[in-house]
Order: sequence, then structure tokens, then C-alpha cells
Amino acid sequence: MPTKIEKDSVTGTDTTGHEWDGVRELNTPLPTWWVYTFYATIVWAIAYYIVYPAWPGLSGYTKGIWSYSQRVEVEADIAQARAAQKGYRDRVGALSTDDIRKDPDLLAFALAGGRAAFADNCVPCHAVAGAGRIGYPSLADDDWLWGGTLAEIQRTIEVGARSGHAETRVSDMPRFGADGMLTGPQIDDLAEFVLQLSGRGDAAMAASAERGRPLYAENCAACHGDSGEGKPDVGAPRLNDQIWLYGGDKQSIVASINAARAGVMPAWAGRLDVETIKMLTVYVHSLGGGR
Amino acid sequence: MDGGVNLESKPRAASASAPTADEDDGPLYANRLKVYPKGVDGTFRRIKWAALIALLGIYYLLPWVRWDRGPGIPDQAVLIDMEARRAYFFFIEIWPQEIYYLAGLLILAAIGLFLATGLAGRLWCGYACPQTVWTDLFMWIERLIEGDRNQRIKLDQLPWNAAKLVKKTAKHAAWLVIAFATGGAWVMYFNDTPTLIHNAIYGNVSAPVAVFVALFTGTTYLLAGWAREQVCTYMCPWPRFQGAMLDEHSFVVTYQAWRGEPRGKRKKDEAVAGKGDCVDCGQCIAVCPTGIDIRDGQQLECINCGLCVDACNTVMAKVGLPTGLIRYDTVLNQARRAARLPAVYRLIRPRTAIYAVLLAAIGALMVYGLATRSTHDVTVQRDRSPLFVTLSDGAIRNGYTVKILNKLRQERSYMLTVFGIGAPHLQVTGQGEGEYVHFEAAPDSVATYKVYIAVPRAELKAESVPITFVLTDLAGGKAATHKSVFLGPKP
Repeated sequence: MPTKIEKDSVTGTDTTGHEWDGVRELNTPLPTWWVYTFYATIVWAIAYYIVYPAWPGLSGYTKGIWSYSQRVEVEADIAQARAAQKGYRDRVGALSTDDIRKDPDLLAFALAGGRAAFADNCVPCHAVAGAGRIGYPSLADDDWLWGGTLAEIQRTIEVGARSGHAETRVSDMPRFGADGMLTGPQIDDLAEFVLQLSGRGDAAMAASAERGRPLYAENCAACHGDSGEGKPDVGAPRLNDQIWLYGGDKQSIVASINAARAGVMPAWAGRLDVETIKMLTVYVHSLGGGR
Repeated sequence: MDGGVNLESKPRAASASAPTADEDDGPLYANRLKVYPKGVDGTFRRIKWAALIALLGIYYLLPWVRWDRGPGIPDQAVLIDMEARRAYFFFIEIWPQEIYYLAGLLILAAIGLFLATGLAGRLWCGYACPQTVWTDLFMWIERLIEGDRNQRIKLDQLPWNAAKLVKKTAKHAAWLVIAFATGGAWVMYFNDTPTLIHNAIYGNVSAPVAVFVALFTGTTYLLAGWAREQVCTYMCPWPRFQGAMLDEHSFVVTYQAWRGEPRGKRKKDEAVAGKGDCVDCGQCIAVCPTGIDIRDGQQLECINCGLCVDACNTVMAKVGLPTGLIRYDTVLNQARRAARLPAVYRLIRPRTAIYAVLLAAIGALMVYGLATRSTHDVTVQRDRSPLFVTLSDGAIRNGYTVKILNKLRQERSYMLTVFGIGAPHLQVTGQGEGEYVHFEAAPDSVATYKVYIAVPRAELKAESVPITFVLTDLAGGKAATHKSVFLGPKP
């Protein structure tokens, strides 16, 4: 309760007249500039409510007289970026991937665009920078199921593998074990021979591998080649190298002969525009294995 | 402090240890008392003028100095070109990769400051700090327009009238002009000065330039015109820890209390027996830019500018007493003089010796680094994905992004190879392949290349092998190197 206003002996300032248990409060007002700054912020806040979107309602919000929206701003930004890229994208669309690679400026654009598109669409299977994983081919090595030239890569991206596209890449290895074409011991011998093709055969199993040789010539050589060199036209992988999509140990090879493998890649023609597919092609080609 | 010397001889500090009645503690928050420093002449005032002219002269005029570097290169002696990412200091050209020279310069400045403080107290505060220099200039203008201390106090007490309005307006206008020149000079260090001025005349000013000019105009006007000693006392951290830099052998502005006390006014023919030399004229307080009484001893607010020395010497000469009642002296000598002992000076002490040695060592290191720095460089970043790739023939391949810097303004030929691993096969997109790869570098360029290195599996003795990229200038000279690693599967 206000009692009496008196001058404080220490500071020379008036008290407010408030006293609690003998503690008196000095009347020390805020600095004037501070008070006016505070009033200014109140005015500012009210102006902000009027001008900008502010209060939520049941079915929307107050729009403010400027009708400002961050969504509209983002759309405008995207449209602006598209417009800025238009010259490059038109050239990417008009030129072949070979010609894109020859133009350093366009190549840099295509690599940047390809990297972004790869991250959005390809990384879940082929891993970052096309490192690959079991069952999903590495795009950074020098081994290609369907060929590693720019044209071949572009074609594979467009039609996919076993994708349902009319012209899809498809290879059809028989299920030798599961369909009863070869017996268990025969598959064992065949796997031993295939190991030998890539120089990883076990000397102790040389007899088994020898038994596998005629089996290979009869059942496999037509697609995989006489010495396991593979046939990219039909998507038959090389067997005489050190790259194994489904694992190169004997157990994995036996499993592959037994029930075959049939990896699937979607067709991207129609899903992605032509320019993006070309940029992806150039990017994948640059990962280290392009021919 | 050893030797039983009390640096904190201010009475306030002494009474704090023995709290008395509530009334003696005073309020926790003190209102600012406006300081009206009086003009003064003397040795230290002249030194301060000389320092002011030299320092401001350098600041305002340096951006105008030209330095021919050849065609197509900026000809400003000191220029930090943010857009082109180059800094020019006369004959030195610094790339962003060499920013550690700036760090070295800052370390030198810090140790220099410690050394100067150890020797002679707050020399920096009193003579060279921008806050002191610009405040000094602003006070000089204030004195020109509004008159000296007493006239200014009177003017501030007067109610507003035309004459007061004219004087105040003129003062603030003059301050703003100087502040604007200060902001303008700042941006000149980051832009070609004549071009900048030319564009500004035609109203063509970029947003960053406008913002920085406004910022430095505003801060100069506020700090040197209004805040003044408040900056030194409340904002600046330096006075807070300068106590750690000082010792009893450091020269500081001191009042010789043994000689001056008991102080008191004197009249002619009055007997002076029992009185000290201090005539209590108050001149030392009147001229002080921070508004303190040096006779209270060493204190936080004192910037060691020596103006009270000049003021006191003038008065001492007038009343026919020996000068030096307030003087630069060491705290130890003050105590020795009081005890009638001869003064002792020790400039070389462990702390000053250590600072001086550090200063010389770092300076020498920087000069050596600058003199022998390479004109080309190579930096290597290893691919993170994939860590390594197995090739058809079983060889292991790693990918690297290699940046090659050519700091000369001429074309050069380089050869890149790798040490530390057997039979490396380098493959550089667009440049060729082999154990050695040749590069042609454009003048003054940073070029990025993708480098693949394949190594036969048999050569790989461990999962991680340290390797060194070596870039040799075919025209001779030092090779630039960069360390990295080569990763592979478990052998």
C-alpha cells in the first residue's frame, strides 16, 4: 500500500511509497529512449498483423493486406531457376550425349543436374556415386552388363531391365537346378569350373572342375562365352573377371546356377524427361567406368 | 604483485573490504557524468597529435596509393578483393588458402600489445586505439566549435536558443562528415578506390558498399561522439585483464603521493611548511578524457594518455615547483621514492623477454614462410563413396578430386604422380593416363580434376596405405605435395 513518498538518503531518488517488511522501492523509471522503443515495437507488431498473415482461424488465417505467402515466393523462385536453366536444358535436349561431353560448360551443367537426379532416383539401389551393392550393379567399375558407352547407358536408363517396358533389357537364364535340368552334383562341378574361369579355382577340386567343363560348354557357353567373356548384347555377365554381382564365392555361384537371378530396374523413359535422362547418362558415365 | 606494492590504491577498493553503514555503499548503478575534457599543451599532447595525424593519415590515404602489378591486375597498393578472392599488400598477393598469414599477423599484434603493455602500460589505449584517436579528433572539433571546457559546460546549461542550436548543429554536422569519411575509407580497402568514387558520383553504389558505409559512419559517430570513455570503461575487455600484463616495473601514469600530499591551495606568502607540492588546482581532472582523478592511484578507467602529466607540469612550472608530480613512473619506484631510495629500472624482465622472443620468432617464421612460399599447390580430397572399386582384372581403384593452383600469372606445365604405393596407374579425365600425368595450367587459376588411381591387388599390402601426391613444375622449382590414403579390401 502506498504510504508516503520520501527521498532516499543514499541515491537522492524518490521512493514509490511502497514498502514491504521495511524494504522500500525506489522510483527509478525506465530510460525514455527505452520506453519509446518499446512503444515502437508495439506499433510495429500491430502493423505486422495488418500487413502480413497473422491470426489462425477455424478454416484458414488472416491473409494480411499484402497477401504475402512463402509458398508463392518459393514457386516464383523455382520458376525463376527454371527460366535461368532453360538455355542449358534446351541445348541438353537438342544435343547428343557425346556432344554434351565435348562442351565443358554444358558438361558441368549436366554433371550437376545428373548428380541431383541420381540422388533422387538411383541411390536407393545403386548407392551413393554408383558404388553398388549385392544384387545392384556398381556403376563405378569397368564392368557393364548391357554395355558402358554413352548410348548404351542411356538406352538402359530409358528401358530398364525386366521392367515391363516394351523394349526392356531382359536376359533369361534358365533355373538349372530348380527346373531339374542339372542334378546337384553337376551344379557343384559346374560352379567349380566357373571359379576356375576367374582364376580362383581350388587345386584340390581340379577333378570336379574338369567334370564341369563339358557341362559348361553344353549349357552356359552360348550366352556367357567359351571362356566366360560374357555377352553384353544379351546381358550375359562376364564370368572370367573379379566382379560378381551376387557374390563370387562357391555357395553364391551354386545358388545362381540353381535358381538363376533376375534383377529388375524400372524404365525411366516417361518418368523422367529427356533432358534429365541425358544428364543422368553423362553423370553415370563419369563415375569411373564409362567407355 | 610482489614487493608489497598495492596497485589498487583507490580508496573505494580499500573501503570495500570493511563494509560500514548502508549509506556508504551507494547505489549499484551510477548515472553517466558527462566529461568535459579541457584543452592542454605539452610533450605528451604533442606526441598524441603526431600519432593521430600519422594513424589517420595512413587510414584515410592508404587506399589511394597505387602499385603497378601489370596489365589486368588491380593497381591498388592495399586491396582485399572479395569477389576475385585475392588480397594485395604492395608486392604480396595472398590467396584464400593462405589466410593463415592473417592469423599470424593477428598473433603478432596481440603479442606486440602484451609487450608494449608490460613495458609502458596502456600505450595502445592512450595513443593508438581507434577509439582514442577518433574521440580525440571529435573532441578537438568540439573544442573548435563550442569552446573549451568551461564554455561547453555553460553552453549545455543554457536553455535552447539560436546560437546554441547553430553551434550544436555545426558540431554534429562536422562529426557526421568525419564519420562518413571513415566509413567511406573502410570500403575503399575492399574496392578499387577511383572506380568506387567514380561510380558513387554517378549514383551507382552497390548494396554491400552502402550498408558498410552506413555501419561505419554510424558506429564512428556514436562511439567517438557520444559513447567515448564509456567504450573504454564498460565495453572494452582490454582494461579488465591488463592488470595481468602489468607489474611493478611497468611504466604507468602515476601521481607521486609522497611528494604531493597533503595537498592544498596555496596563497602567496603563506607558509608552506607541512604542505605537499599538490596545489589541488584540479587541472589533472579537468583535462582527463575519462574524467577521473589520477591522484586516486591506478584505476581501470585510466587509458594512460599522459594529458594529466602535461597539465600538472604546466601548473608546477607556473607556481615554481619542480615538475613531474604526475609522471610516467613504475609503481615500484613510486614506493622507493617515498622511502627516499634511488629509482630502479628493469626493462628486461622474464615477461618482457618472453614476449620479445615470441614476437621475433613468430615474425621470423612469417617472413620465412612468405619468402619461400610455393607458387603452385595441390590439394586432394578422397572420394567417400565408393571407398574403392574392384576392377575386372582384380585391380583396386580409388577416386580423388585434385585441385591444382597456379599462383603465377603465366601458363605452366606440371607433372602429377603418386608416391608410397607400387605400380600406380593414374587416369585423369581429359588429361591422359599413366604413372605420370602432365597438366597444362592456365595463368592465375584453380583447376579441379578427377583422378582415378588403379593399383594391382598384389601391390596392396594393407587396407589403408598412406600415399603422397607430388606435383612438380616442369620448369623447375619446389614440388608441391599433398598426403592422402589409398584404401582397399582386407589383403
